[in-house]
Amino acid sequence: MTPLLTVEDVHVSFTTRHGVVNALRGVSFAVDQGETLGIVGESGSGKSVTALAVMRLLDRAGRVTSGRIRFRGEDITAAGRSVMQPLRGAAMSMIFQNPRAALNPIRPIGDQIADVLRAHNDISRRQASSQALELLEAVRIRDARERLSAYPHELSGGMCQRVMIAMAIACEPSLLIADEPTTGLDVTTQQTVMELLTDIIHRRSMGLILITHDLGLAARYCQRIAVMEQGLKVEEAPPENLFGAPQHAYTKRLVAASPTKHSRVQDLVGEPAPPSVEPKLDSRPLLQVSSLKKVFGQSAPAVADVSFTLSEGESLGLVGESGSGKSTISRMICRLIDQTEGTIRYEETSISDIASRDFHCHPLRRTIQLVFQDAGESLNPRFSAFDSIADPLRNLLGITDNQELRRRASDVAERCGLPHELLDRFPHQLSGGQRARVGIARAIAPGPRLLVLDEPTAALDVSVQAVILHLLDRLRRETGLAFVFVSHDLNVVRMMCERTIVLQAGKIVEEGSSEELFREPKTEYTAALLAAIPHFEQRHGIF
Amino acid sequence: MVGVAPLARRAGRRLLSSLPALFGVVIFTFLLMRVLPGDPAVFFASGPNAGQAEIEEIRRQMGLDKPIPEQLVRYLWDIGHGKLGRSMGTGQPVVTDLANRLPASLELTFTALLLALSLALPLGIIAALRPNSAVDHAVRLLCTLGVCVPTFVSGLLFIYAFYYLLGIAPDPTGRIDIFASQPPNVTGFLLIDSALAGDWEAWWAAASQLILPACTMALFVLAPLARMTRASMLAVMTSDFIRTGDALGLSRRRVVLVYGLRNALLPVITIMGIVFSTMLGANVLVEKVFSWPGVASYALDALLASDYAPVQGFVLLMAGIFVLVNLTVDILYGLADPRISIE
Repeated sequence: MTPLLTVEDVHVSFTTRHGVVNALRGVSFAVDQGETLGIVGESGSGKSVTALAVMRLLDRAGRVTSGRIRFRGEDITAAGRSVMQPLRGAAMSMIFQNPRAALNPIRPIGDQIADVLRAHNDISRRQASSQALELLEAVRIRDARERLSAYPHELSGGMCQRVMIAMAIACEPSLLIADEPTTGLDVTTQQTVMELLTDIIHRRSMGLILITHDLGLAARYCQRIAVMEQGLKVEEAPPENLFGAPQHAYTKRLVAASPTKHSRVQDLVGEPAPPSVEPKLDSRPLLQVSSLKKVFGQSAPAVADVSFTLSEGESLGLVGESGSGKSTISRMICRLIDQTEGTIRYEETSISDIASRDFHCHPLRRTIQLVFQDAGESLNPRFSAFDSIADPLRNLLGITDNQELRRRASDVAERCGLPHELLDRFPHQLSGGQRARVGIARAIAPGPRLLVLDEPTAALDVSVQAVILHLLDRLRRETGLAFVFVSHDLNVVRMMCERTIVLQAGKIVEEGSSEELFREPKTEYTAALLAAIPHFEQRHGIF
Repeated sequence: MVGVAPLARRAGRRLLSSLPALFGVVIFTFLLMRVLPGDPAVFFASGPNAGQAEIEEIRRQMGLDKPIPEQLVRYLWDIGHGKLGRSMGTGQPVVTDLANRLPASLELTFTALLLALSLALPLGIIAALRPNSAVDHAVRLLCTLGVCVPTFVSGLLFIYAFYYLLGIAPDPTGRIDIFASQPPNVTGFLLIDSALAGDWEAWWAAASQLILPACTMALFVLAPLARMTRASMLAVMTSDFIRTGDALGLSRRRVVLVYGLRNALLPVITIMGIVFSTMLGANVLVEKVFSWPGVASYALDALLASDYAPVQGFVLLMAGIFVLVNLTVDILYGLADPRISIE
């Protein structure tokens, strides 16, 4: 029997201003009916290009230069729109990352589902609408009838992805390609979306290609996993073999760099443990937050009655799902926004009394610094790396001498592992990891004692994340910095923080030492969060 | 859906908040007219030999002998009572003059905008779907021509070609052939009035007078509309939801028109408002070339004669229309984009 989809030695190249880029350099795989194939790899490895090539959705600049793509035995390598349009949606469908952007923002979702139904079936508007309702119920959207007329911006990210799934399966295709379907969603939402997806796949015995950067997700839901690197498939194996005994050097590195339930920061990069400096937990608190509350407009409080303390040199993790208030708390600590009620004491000063708009010229500004999530977005595009690092030195420390600035900036850059020759580059000339280093260098340049990190590695590939986490950990141990570490990735928080606070809807659910909290969660909510993390079992002694 | 009550409340608030700006416009125009060189009294005196006494008499009639603050207060008082003064040129109250001439300008502007849109949207879409193709370059050339040829040149060219050479257009004088029967005045818009009266001969006469000036103006504003449509379409066609539409097998037509164009139209609506206001005020050259009895040519004549009242009235009218157009654009935008909240 012919497999549902076969991809044979496919090459794809893109014509760009800087010449021809070979995005795929000979990729082969096959997917059968009822089978789930995972494609994992880091950004630029060609995972998404593979999916788009199969769907024949490559943009104008990209084309398949050689190889064969067969769908149900039929060669579709060079098929035109007239062949593909009836297939897309009806026989092969695709769902995307960032579901909210993938839906038409000004069209009710019921109409969007009906559009797909009517594109492939000769049915009336009314029939399409009632089928759309059934589909919304099938993807377990509550109050489906009212939701038919909702717009994407009125739904949560998880709901949008369910709508997207409903659209993709509306015409019962036999192949579904899911390109990072749960990236950016909370772990619990990820779990429900993935379970819904696999349930539908099994029930209709469809073929699924799951593209993801998350090895744990692939391990949990796929029967076979293909690892891609720089346009090549380097390895393909069932998950237990792949993670148990990875063959290819790249796979080994990828597996090692992925945070798991037991990994430590130094394991990720395969370096010996840095000299461990015990945080001075018994010393006087650096930060005291009590009864902190923040209300935006008329809605329910984003942060309600949160209190905690942070010792000098301690690292505290704030975890929770989106909307739990973790970013709001971090912004109030940094005095970027004002609290509604409550106090924040930093050493001897009650910084909650200083209005957020005045804090930038307060002497304490230099001691509390921030590292942002998206290093690319948070760097001024017109500033070179040197300018970005020198800016706080100039403004907060009042250094005006150019040589002195240069010396200090390269000093800080060196500590952050940023090579000297990169200092004159602009953000767009730097890689993601290098930008993250600039962001960190900028934050530690004025010599802070408290660093607030808001999802500092969320936008990075796992191998880069590993290096950056290692860097942050080393900096903390060297300089005795205290961290407030905000993240949705529980494994990262466990590795980076001595203590963890779990937040839900603006309230603290659980608080305790990271080791204990992750080993034996005391509340159901924390337990559910932990259970939702997909993970893979790794055989010890890879290195 | 957006309810009617909050929409009305929002519109009311917007109108109220525009009052200070309108007030500023009134004061500014008043002062500007006073510092412009030229004495209206001299201009409107019986002749070049008019004596000093006659000029003084006219000054007194016009209230120009009073100190400027007092003139301003009187002027504001009059505006508050709905009076904009009397035009020295026509001898009519400015309100009457404007009310007679505004429909002519509006009819011309609306027709031109409709023409421009019906041309700009398809051109913009085609150019965006095939960027850097021959079609795209042709559209760009047409837009450039439209912008850089002044309206009085294109207007005269149209007259030369269609009236003088081909003889298919009527003589370019006014809104309707003087020998044709005027339809009863209901809305002031000749096309609508004659259609209401069922007088299709008059409708045709009015339409054939209208088409050349409307084309002239449409050509001038084609560029901003078509370029905006193209840019906006280009951006929208690369967004994720277009890819979704393609990935789920929607027809090209549906992807382009329903998913692409409707989203791309949002910024075009904003531009449309600006274009409309510009056309209404800046079409003085077109009105002059085609002897169109509109408000802009009326204001220009008054300005040349240092006739204060009509110019001030015209500026106030334009400011008011600008406020209304912006409000309409806002409301349209709110209806077209469900993401815009009511507040």
